[in-house]
Amino acid sequence: MSRRAAAAVAIAAIAIAAGWLLFVGLPRWYGSRPLAESAAARNAPAAERKITATLYYISEDGLALVGVQREVPFGEPVDQQAQRILEAQLARAPAPLSSAIPETTTLKSLFLDGNGHAFVDLSADARVRHTGGALDELFTIYAIVNALTVNLPAITRVQILVDGKEVDTLAGHVDLRHPLQKNLKWVRAEDKEGS
Amino acid sequence: MPGSAQAGIIDVLIHVPAARFLPTTLLAALAVFSSGAQGPTAAPYTVLSRDARRPLPARVINGQEMFALDDLAKLFDLAVREDTAAGGITVSTKTQTIVLSPGQGLASVGGRLVSLPAPPLRDGRAWFVPIDFVPRALAEALGTRLELRKPSRLLLMGDIRVPRLAGRIEALGALARLTLEVAPVTPHTVSQDGNRLIVRFEADGLDATLPTSPVPDLIQGVRPSEQPSAIAIDLGTKFASFRTSDVPGDRGAGRILIEVLAATTDTPTPTPAAPLEPPPLLDLAPAGGLRTIVIDAGHGGPEEGAKGHDGTLEKDITLSVARRLKSALEARLGVRVILTRDRDEAVGLDERAALANNNKADLFLSLHANASVRPAAAGAEVFYLSLDDYGDEAQRVAQGEGEALPVFGGGSREIEVILWEMAQARYIEQSAALARAVEGSLRSRVPMSPRAIQQAPFRVLVGANMPAVLVEMGFITNPEQEKQLASDTFQNNLVQALVDSVVAFRDLPGGNRTAVPAAGNPRSNEGR
Repeated sequence: MSRRAAAAVAIAAIAIAAGWLLFVGLPRWYGSRPLAESAAARNAPAAERKITATLYYISEDGLALVGVQREVPFGEPVDQQAQRILEAQLARAPAPLSSAIPETTTLKSLFLDGNGHAFVDLSADARVRHTGGALDELFTIYAIVNALTVNLPAITRVQILVDGKEVDTLAGHVDLRHPLQKNLKWVRAEDKEGS
Repeated sequence: MPGSAQAGIIDVLIHVPAARFLPTTLLAALAVFSSGAQGPTAAPYTVLSRDARRPLPARVINGQEMFALDDLAKLFDLAVREDTAAGGITVSTKTQTIVLSPGQGLASVGGRLVSLPAPPLRDGRAWFVPIDFVPRALAEALGTRLELRKPSRLLLMGDIRVPRLAGRIEALGALARLTLEVAPVTPHTVSQDGNRLIVRFEADGLDATLPTSPVPDLIQGVRPSEQPSAIAIDLGTKFASFRTSDVPGDRGAGRILIEVLAATTDTPTPTPAAPLEPPPLLDLAPAGGLRTIVIDAGHGGPEEGAKGHDGTLEKDITLSVARRLKSALEARLGVRVILTRDRDEAVGLDERAALANNNKADLFLSLHANASVRPAAAGAEVFYLSLDDYGDEAQRVAQGEGEALPVFGGGSREIEVILWEMAQARYIEQSAALARAVEGSLRSRVPMSPRAIQQAPFRVLVGANMPAVLVEMGFITNPEQEKQLASDTFQNNLVQALVDSVVAFRDLPGGNRTAVPAAGNPRSNEGR
């Protein structure tokens, strides 16, 4: 009896493992890379497909963010779109504005949880090449937070990571231990768009 | 030499604007010593100790008041040695050694670094150090009190008692009232000696600013007395009688009211209603519950903060202003002031708020210098905490809502559970009031940003269990502001404005220190 019971348990375990592999593991495996490829393939005919998004830059006087409507490559699903928006946000600022994010900073990864929170992992340059000013630090952070939350209603809060790790602050001032929500008070009113 | 002839006794030292009252002994000494110094001389300091009063010449070099190391060596029995090989200067007391390096605004005192407002300078064969070298480095190396009173050009050494004294004379009908404010409160007597009154203090000297009289027929003048630690009030021709009373002050200061009445045919008139609360003479009005203030010099150590084009570092500016502010607050308000760092070292953001909390500070002022990718950005800004990003928990705390927790023996009790990191949530209103006070005072003395008061989720503020603001004193990335931030004048203006703002906040009606109203709120009274 005990051998039959053991066999039954083993079969059940194999069945569960196979089921997990079939319905959870493989989709997850393919969901990340091949799915992105398939999305790219699907978009291939419409490679120039763009959306208009509001991106945020430092004003000429250095004292505010300014919202600017820019064309950004289309992405799907929402995390792909979020990535496209942030890549555009990290690129060079349109003259005469300045980038709020140190220019050599790259987006290492971006992922969403199920609660509308985006986790944005930036390269170390976001910290080490920062001017160190509290106002600039606010602009860096809220350019990113607003670029995601203003353009993608599915994203309600954004937590910024550096080199894959949670950080207390970028430059010693703004508390980054929690996901931050949209905040347009740093955006100059006359230029405020997309809110 | 009536003053110094009496061992242990120093007579009255009067400073601007009553310099004409300087005792002849002191004037003679000043003349001798100022003639000895080369180049642009500043008014000399007077070093007061229990048994002597000695002049110490000062010179202004590059806009910085400096003492010659040789003069300090003679006064304090120091050995000064220049190490040409290592390019440093060592100043040795009997027990400690201070190391100075040319070109560096730093001194190492027994291995501990203290910052100086300027590097030591050589002129010919003589070395000069900024006057702040004395209280910052030398006092520590000698293990004694060395208090530099710049306005009155005094350097107090050891446990000498030299109260500050300021006076005002008002004409009130048939009487003249002399108000003397003295800090700290010092036992004294008032007696009549012929046609003058003598106010004698139990002190080793007086650091006095005496008024001129608008009513010479009652009070001809007020001057230092020939008697030690005393002032003389010369009475006018109409003098008939006098009365005196003491008004207890706060913060260690007291007021002496001396009323001189005229000889009239009328019965002595009752004292007319005096102005209820004349402005303080020594700026030592009641402190209204402010006992401890924590000043946070932003950044430090390897965390340099922002950097100016000419290399000025935010961490150095914040430390310099913090130290000046500490001295000013202690001297003017008599409060206890704690710095989150008093040297160039890294201090965690949590530690800074924790230091304030553990010392039950009443105010937390964090000092910073701003930076922008745009060199044009300029002006000071004042921040207090924004709760937007701290979620519902912070809002609940801000509302003062308690939490029912089970207690031993059954039932539950309403107690306040606040995450340490949310401590500031209960003080948002007071912090806003403090921010307005700081902004108002700064505006009169330094350039302000167009958005001078702002709220932000600043890490150093969120854990502070008291009203707390972060002051961005100016933009270090703006070339003009970089120069300003590094200058004595600008730093002193900032300090003056910040002291004024603390006074303004303290004097707000309605008890600014009260926490957000909350029923059964035990923490608001804790230890206060």
